[in-house]
Amino acid sequence: MKKWILFISGALVLVLSTLQLLAQEALVLQGSTTVLPIAQRAAEAFKKLHPEASVTVRGGGSGVGIAGLLDGTCDIAMSSRKIKESELKIAQGKGITVKEFPIAIDALAVIVHPSNPVKNLTLSDLKRIYTGEVTNWKVLQGFDSKVVVVSRDSASGTFECFNHLVLGEAPLTPRALYQASNKGVVTVVATAKGAIGYVGLAYVEPRVKAISVEGVAPSIETVRSGRYPLKRELFFYTRGEPQGLAKSFIDFVLSKDGQRLIQQVGYVPVK
Amino acid sequence: MERAIKAMALSSFIVVLLIVLFLLKEGIFTFKWVKPKEFFLGLTWFPTQEPPKVGLVPLLWGSILVTFGAIVWSAPLGVGLAIYLAEIASARLRGILKPALEILAGIPSVVFGFFGMVFLGPFLQEVFGIPTGLCALNASILLGFMALPTIVSLSEDALSAVPWTLKEASLALGATRWQTIKYVSLPVASGGILSAVILGVGRAIGETMTVLMAAGNAPIVSLSFLEPVRTMTATIALEMAEAPKGSVHYHALFAIGVVLLLVSMAFNVLADFFQERWRKGI
Repeated sequence: MKKWILFISGALVLVLSTLQLLAQEALVLQGSTTVLPIAQRAAEAFKKLHPEASVTVRGGGSGVGIAGLLDGTCDIAMSSRKIKESELKIAQGKGITVKEFPIAIDALAVIVHPSNPVKNLTLSDLKRIYTGEVTNWKVLQGFDSKVVVVSRDSASGTFECFNHLVLGEAPLTPRALYQASNKGVVTVVATAKGAIGYVGLAYVEPRVKAISVEGVAPSIETVRSGRYPLKRELFFYTRGEPQGLAKSFIDFVLSKDGQRLIQQVGYVPVK
Repeated sequence: MERAIKAMALSSFIVVLLIVLFLLKEGIFTFKWVKPKEFFLGLTWFPTQEPPKVGLVPLLWGSILVTFGAIVWSAPLGVGLAIYLAEIASARLRGILKPALEILAGIPSVVFGFFGMVFLGPFLQEVFGIPTGLCALNASILLGFMALPTIVSLSEDALSAVPWTLKEASLALGATRWQTIKYVSLPVASGGILSAVILGVGRAIGETMTVLMAAGNAPIVSLSFLEPVRTMTATIALEMAEAPKGSVHYHALFAIGVVLLLVSMAFNVLADFFQERWRKGI
C-alpha cells in the first residue's frame, strides 16, 4: 500500500513539473562567451518586461552555439564571428535558412601582465609574438622575460577573429597555452609575468593591462570611430525568421533600451 | 525476477558495446584522408591548418607524462599509507584518516583544476622561476591527489584480506611486525596492490577537467616536467565542440577517443588479471 502511494505521488510531481515547464514560454540562447554578458543582462531586463518568459543563456563558444542552432538544441545562437561556409552548408543540407542579426560591436583587447612595461604593439609585432618568432619581451623593448602566449581554443569566435585579423594564414605557435574561456585567459595573464593574451573588451579587469594596438587604445570611442583595428561584430543567429519570444527578445536587444544595456556591459552599440 | 535482472545486466553490456562501436566507426573514417603513419607517428597537432596536421604523438606523450608523474609520487605514498592504515594505525586514527581520504576522493576534478590554475601554478612559477606554472608538474601533482584515494583504499583492502593466521604464524615464529609486513603481508597482497596502482593509473590517464585547466594545453613534446603539455583527454574536450561534423578534425578526435578507450581498457584488463592471480593465491 505504502509503495503505491509513493509511486503515485512521485509520478504526479513529475507530470505537474513537466506541465509547468511547458506552460512557461522558454527561450534558449547558446554560444559565444563574449556575447554571453550581453545576453545575460538583456535576459534579466527582458524578464521584467515579460514575466511569463524563461530565458536561458548558455556559453560554450561560438562554434557550439551555431552547432546547437542547427541541431535544434537552442533557439538563438550567440556568435562573435560570422557563420562559416561549412556551417552554412550543413544548414542548407537540413533545409534551414539562417538569419543573421548584428547586435553589437566588440573590440579584441590585447592584455599583458601589469608589470610588463610594453604599452603598445603593432599588428606585425603581435603576429611575430603569436607565431613564436619573438620569444623574449626584450626584443620589443619590454623586460627580459620569456613570452608566454595565451590563446583561446578553436571553438571560440574570439580565436577566429584574432586568427583572421592578426595571424592571417600563419600558424599559431605550438607552445601557446590554450584556455577555454575569456575569463580563463584573464586568469592566466594575471598570474604570469611574461604572458600575453586577447579577450573581449568587456573582460578587461584591473588585474591585467590592456595595451594599445597600432598606437590606439581599446575603448568604446576608438572602436566606434574605427581607429582601433581589432574589432568585430557580434551576432545573434536564428533558424529562419524569428517568431514569438525569440522575435521579442531580438527586438528588445536592438531597441534603444537594449543598446544602452550593451554599452553598460562594456560593448559598442551597433546602432 | 531473475530474468529482469539478467536483462538489465545484458543491457548495460550492450550499451558499452554500442559506445565502442560508435567510437570505432567515427574514428576509422580518419584514415580516409590521413595515412595511419601520419596519425600515429605525427609530431604536430594542428587540425585547423590547411592541410590539417593530426599527429597523435604530442597528445599521447602528454597523457603518458602527466600520468607517470602522478603515479611516481602517489603510488609509493599510497601503498605506504595503506600499509599504515591496515597494519599499524590505531582504530581511532583509522577513523580519522579513512574519512579524510573519502573526502579527497569526492572533490570534483574541476576544483582541482581551479586550484592548479590559481594557486599551484603561480606557486610553481615562483619556486622554479619558469615563465608559466601551467605545466606537466602542476597536472601531475593534482592527478596524484586524485589517484591517491583509489590506490590507498584498494591496497588497504588487499592487505586486510591477508589471512590473520599467516600473520600470527609469522609473529609466533619470532618475526617483528615490520618483518611480518615485508615478508608475509606484502607478498600475499601484492596482486591486489598492483591492481590498485594500475587502477590509479587508469584514473589519472582518463582525467580531463584537471589537466584542461592546469597543464597549459600546448601540444608539444618535451622531456621537462616544467613545460606545458596537452593530453588526449583535454584535446577532445577543447576541440570537439567546434570541429565541423564530418571533417578530418572531427574524425581525428574520435580516433583519439578510440586510442584513449583502448588504453583504459588495457589497464582495466591488466588490473583484473592481477586481481585474479591475487585472489587465487589466497
